[in-house]
Amino acid sequence: MSQAKRKAVALVSGGLDSMLAVRVIQEQGIHVEGINFYTGFCVEGHTHAIRKKDQGKDKRNNALWVAEQLGIKLHIIDIVEEYKDVLLNPKHGYGANMNPCLDCKIFMVHKALEWADKNGFDFIITGEVVGQRPMSQRKDTMPVVARESGAQDRLLRPLCAKNLPATLPEREGWVDREKLYDFSGRSRKPQMALAAQFGFSDYATPAGGCCFLTDEAYSRKLVDLWQARGKREYEMDDIMLLKVGRHIRPAPHYKLIVGREEGENNFLEGYRKIYIHLRPISHTGPLVLLDGEASEEDIVLAARITARYSKGHTAEQVTVQVTDLNGVSRELVVAPLSPDELKPEWHL
Amino acid sequence: MARYQLDARRLLCPMPVIRAQNRVAELQPGDVLEVTCTDPGALNDIPAWCRINGHRVLATRRDGNEVIIDIEVGDGT
Repeated sequence: MSQAKRKAVALVSGGLDSMLAVRVIQEQGIHVEGINFYTGFCVEGHTHAIRKKDQGKDKRNNALWVAEQLGIKLHIIDIVEEYKDVLLNPKHGYGANMNPCLDCKIFMVHKALEWADKNGFDFIITGEVVGQRPMSQRKDTMPVVARESGAQDRLLRPLCAKNLPATLPEREGWVDREKLYDFSGRSRKPQMALAAQFGFSDYATPAGGCCFLTDEAYSRKLVDLWQARGKREYEMDDIMLLKVGRHIRPAPHYKLIVGREEGENNFLEGYRKIYIHLRPISHTGPLVLLDGEASEEDIVLAARITARYSKGHTAEQVTVQVTDLNGVSRELVVAPLSPDELKPEWHL
Repeated sequence: MARYQLDARRLLCPMPVIRAQNRVAELQPGDVLEVTCTDPGALNDIPAWCRINGHRVLATRRDGNEVIIDIEVGDGT
């Protein structure tokens, strides 16, 4: 009597490595379904949706696209709320920026394990490669992920399995270890060769990874937000707004978010009711949100900065409309701030 | 065969997909879910999600800044 077909759940990011890992395991007759976690910091989607200049680009969601190429189901899971604890209290600390990569991977594998147990799946696969990432994909940290996630030997990394101890699926003969791989290091050549072997010619190669937390400028703005508020916390709107516009902090108690183009201005429009906002009316220019508490003197400076980024930046005067939190608008006629007056250290 | 509505306006992808996915999970095969979105990326993502998860897009249409997608719930195969 034949055994029931074994089932694996794969962490699918939309990149090449998880795509290859799935195909390697599918080739061994395993039923695979994918999970994609949404933390709120994912580079996918949002920025393309916001910025006008990106709106002509192909806006495909790479995880969905990869799943379709592989012929697998994909379950996208919202972990925005639960992820806060991962980011705010990472047991293993941060990487080069505010990226808690090791805690993040442990958390995601743990969530995948919960999903696998709930849905009757036998093991978990990832596209991890030993030595590829400085924090979460090292020879000494990969066992930490397996142990602390609770997945233990039910976590299989098909692309580098031969560099690691045999896992349950290998020992039980559900998969043939000899048909797994021994990739290691940062070179992408083995992955590209395997992609060619599988006939994958179109795949995402995101520069700098798929998470805003690995981005230096984004991390700096996040830390600034916490410092300004005097507490380490965030809501979804906060992390969305950090992705948009120029962030300028002329004083510790307030900052300005200046739309850089039409798409960003349209996006910022959605926040008008919860922020004091400014816009030039004598000239074309950005919508500017003011985050914090501002005195009249601060408002005048904010209006002058708004004028600085308008088409009237060389004019003697620009009229700026200022709308308070009660929706009451007034007009200020101001001199645009000169380049010398806009201090470099104000830019976040 | 019931018809349901989901308001996914002001959400950016992939949130409209996640909301649609979670609502579809509560419905019966043959039911129709009408999803209203303001992120045009949903026009790519929701049909892709339907194709790989065994559901069918009956219609998509634009109404001003909104995109409306009718999903017929499949049997999960």
